[in-house]
Amino acid sequence: MSRIKSAFDRLNGEGRKALIPFITAGDPDAALTLPLMHTLVEAGADVIELGVPFSDPMADGPTIQRASERALAKGMTLRKVLQLVVDFRKTDVKTPVVLMGYANPIEAMGLEKFAAAAAQAGVDGVLVVDYPPEEAVAFGAAIKAQGMDPIFLLAPTSTAARIEQVAGIASGYVYYVSLAGVTGSGALNVQAVAERLPLIREKTGLPVGVGFGIRDASTAARIAGIADAVVVGSRIIEEIEKSTTETACANVKALVADIRRGVDEVKQ
Amino acid sequence: MNQYNFPDAKGHFGPYGGVFVAETLFGALDELKAAYAAAQVDPAFRAEYEYELKHFVGRPSPIYHAKRWSDLLGGAQIYLKREDLNHTGAHKVNNCIGQAMLAKRMGKPRVIAETGAGQHGVATATVAARYGMECVVYMGSEDVKRQAANVYRMKLLGATVVPVESGSKTLKDALNEAMRDWVTNIHNTFYIIGTVAGPHPYPMLVRDFQKIIGEECLTQMPEMAGRQPDAVIAAVGGGSNAMGIFYPYINVEGVRLIGVEAAGDGVESGRHAASLTAGVPGVLHGNRTYLLQDEDGQIIETHSISAGLDYPGVGPEHAWLKDLGRAEYVPINDAEALEAFHNLCRLEGIIPALESSHALAYAAKLAPTLPKDKILLVNLSGRGDKDMHTVAEKSGIVF
Repeated sequence: MSRIKSAFDRLNGEGRKALIPFITAGDPDAALTLPLMHTLVEAGADVIELGVPFSDPMADGPTIQRASERALAKGMTLRKVLQLVVDFRKTDVKTPVVLMGYANPIEAMGLEKFAAAAAQAGVDGVLVVDYPPEEAVAFGAAIKAQGMDPIFLLAPTSTAARIEQVAGIASGYVYYVSLAGVTGSGALNVQAVAERLPLIREKTGLPVGVGFGIRDASTAARIAGIADAVVVGSRIIEEIEKSTTETACANVKALVADIRRGVDEVKQ
Repeated sequence: MNQYNFPDAKGHFGPYGGVFVAETLFGALDELKAAYAAAQVDPAFRAEYEYELKHFVGRPSPIYHAKRWSDLLGGAQIYLKREDLNHTGAHKVNNCIGQAMLAKRMGKPRVIAETGAGQHGVATATVAARYGMECVVYMGSEDVKRQAANVYRMKLLGATVVPVESGSKTLKDALNEAMRDWVTNIHNTFYIIGTVAGPHPYPMLVRDFQKIIGEECLTQMPEMAGRQPDAVIAAVGGGSNAMGIFYPYINVEGVRLIGVEAAGDGVESGRHAASLTAGVPGVLHGNRTYLLQDEDGQIIETHSISAGLDYPGVGPEHAWLKDLGRAEYVPINDAEALEAFHNLCRLEGIIPALESSHALAYAAKLAPTLPKDKILLVNLSGRGDKDMHTVAEKSGIVF
């Protein structure tokens, strides 16, 4: 059983919802990523989404774009991201790690080679933003062949047929993008999300994570009331941006712990 | 080649093309596909498009025999397809008219575009003014500085120009930003992509709106020269003017199709924009194609004297035509393009765009190697007025 499934099963047994924070690997530098990953776990992360920086992050808003630029300027690469996961696994064998990024760095390495190296490093899931299900048949097979979960996005504009298509290829969880826009956008409408989730649950038994626009504990609490997991990205990146190398871990810990309290306000 | 029928239903040209975008864009792309399919079989849409091309753009554009230049080169005869004579001074407007008509049909009052040198931005702003649409153009902040006159042109036409500060602050980043705007404002916005790249259906749709160039040539060449050309030559950045003139010739046997890429300081220098010559396949901007990238899969910055060719990718249909061997792709560096630019000015009284000058330069290389009864047809995709500053600077002249 994958670490992701185990994590959701355990949370389900405890009547709790998952918190999935996102950080960009190598932001602001490679040395801080490992301590930040452990900090996220200490603050209550159930799964970590680790962003693989790309030069052209078309689906990301300004905050995550800046994080990618900082990481690339410091020389972060997909190979180095995998090494970070190897290092993380030396002391944490429990917390699932999902890589999130764009297709080109993976294709440059080679799909099969990447899948083998990622599994070897201890990666549990891979979300490629610009691999929709129709372009991801080989990707899905390669990831699953290595015992990892291919994670896919769903959007407010996804039709029933597309949700079925995603359900047919995804494992681990599905990531529902709560609004039309890029990462870090404002104005999340909880009611609109709530109205959309039944259709998704009808088509897939996988846990549903919700992200895009979740910036505080109270929004996290409301999303936790309807979804299986709360994904927070840009808000954490902003906290890292505002911090120094010395204060980043403490500030991120306080922020994520607060959001964790929000997520735990809702218990089934 | 008689069976050439691409893309397939999912937008693939062999292994290239496709729809590599986040789930959030699928609704908009499906809506666009449906609207385009309906427009294609609507005679009224075709009639309006043709009316606009004739009366607003000034089509058909003529073909001109560059006789003095051909004589001087001493070989094959060079003919020029005069897209520089179109309204707005380049081929870009053909596509903008078509897409703006689709936007109107779909009830989208707002159009957005990306632009590098500003030519596509100007063409989009022109058409938006013509149709009474709100227009926002994304342009890398580096390009905004380099192309002040075109920025002002767009503003005169009522467009808002948004400088893009992310990444390398050039065309590719403008395209990223336009995509982000589109995904956020899908309900009222139509994205007018300027080249034969992006997710399906764009490469097909832009090609279809540009193929008028080659269709006219099929009729005009027998009238002008008594037969079809031996080779059709066009500059390739994203590749829209080249696809426009190549496409109707793909099934015409015996006609070489030659795409000319920007080699900047030379392909061996690493400072160039020759994706098909020196790139490897990858995924960028919604499609799989040849890309200039580093070994870690990051897109690298390109260099060319011609801002319109300064792009790290290329339309997926060109990638496929290269692999099929139906088209050849060759590099021309900045110095060669400039020499052709000056020669056309002095010998033919035509100031060509620096983009088109790359195609002219290759024609000038090829012509002397061929007998005088051979015919080369060059797509003169745009006029060079916009390039005055760049060329003057190279000659050490400051206005």
